[in-house]
Amino acid sequence: MVQYSLWLSAVLFALGVLGVVIRRNAIILFMCVELMLNAANLAFVAFSRVVGIDGQVFVFFVMTVAAAEAAVGLAIVISLFRHSESVDTRNFNLLRW
Amino acid sequence: MIDIPFFLFVVFAVVAIGGGIGMVSSRNPVASLLFLVVTFFSLAGIYVLLNAQFIAAVQVIVYAGAIMVLFLFVIMLLNLGSDYHADIRRFGWIVAGFVAAGIIGGILSSGLTQPGLLAGGGGGALVDASVRDVGVVGAVAFPLFRDFAVPFEVTSLLLLVAAIGAVLLAKRRV
Repeated sequence: MVQYSLWLSAVLFALGVLGVVIRRNAIILFMCVELMLNAANLAFVAFSRVVGIDGQVFVFFVMTVAAAEAAVGLAIVISLFRHSESVDTRNFNLLRW
Repeated sequence: MIDIPFFLFVVFAVVAIGGGIGMVSSRNPVASLLFLVVTFFSLAGIYVLLNAQFIAAVQVIVYAGAIMVLFLFVIMLLNLGSDYHADIRRFGWIVAGFVAAGIIGGILSSGLTQPGLLAGGGGGALVDASVRDVGVVGAVAFPLFRDFAVPFEVTSLLLLVAAIGAVLLAKRRV
């Protein structure tokens, strides 16, 4: 089952990458990043069946970083929305070119 | 005789992948978020099947509870659920996305499933012995507060900085 969990983790991570590339809504981009973090968590938990409990401890730290990232990222989304009444990433290309 | 844990694993895995596909492809941000919650719940089920019960509980409470409610709150606050338009990119970008996802998924799956990586795996028995010894929570808590005490404290600093930064960014006038 560890092997299949790692396959599932790779598939979920690839889905997150797909979402980040094809979507334009900033909030959905954040959700895709969360999905990628969860795929990493699944790999950590699966490897904790191989190397011991440390994998589960690492999941803790990943969850903390995810919570911090969600808080700061959503604050950035709110302040972007206040700036231009939209969360579409097409409108935020000032630093792009 | 059907292998019940494996059957449950397949069910949870299919639901997780279906939730991920639904999240990426659904047009309404609220529907997208609810698909992601479905994925998180089925991941919690998989954690239970991998004998990580405490991580499963934390997954439900922190991810499906706190973080997703925060996302939902922001979607409702910005009123994005009502007048959604298609925010999926053009065809070329979709092809590029599938290529990128294929490359990254291929690299990950070939790296994570190479033979020999799972050999020498006595870790599961170690975890189970530790759970029998100090309980499900203790098995995670003892290494967390002994071997990882300094990273744990740094984590609290990270959360403090994130909280201050979020208030600072979202506030109208500082």
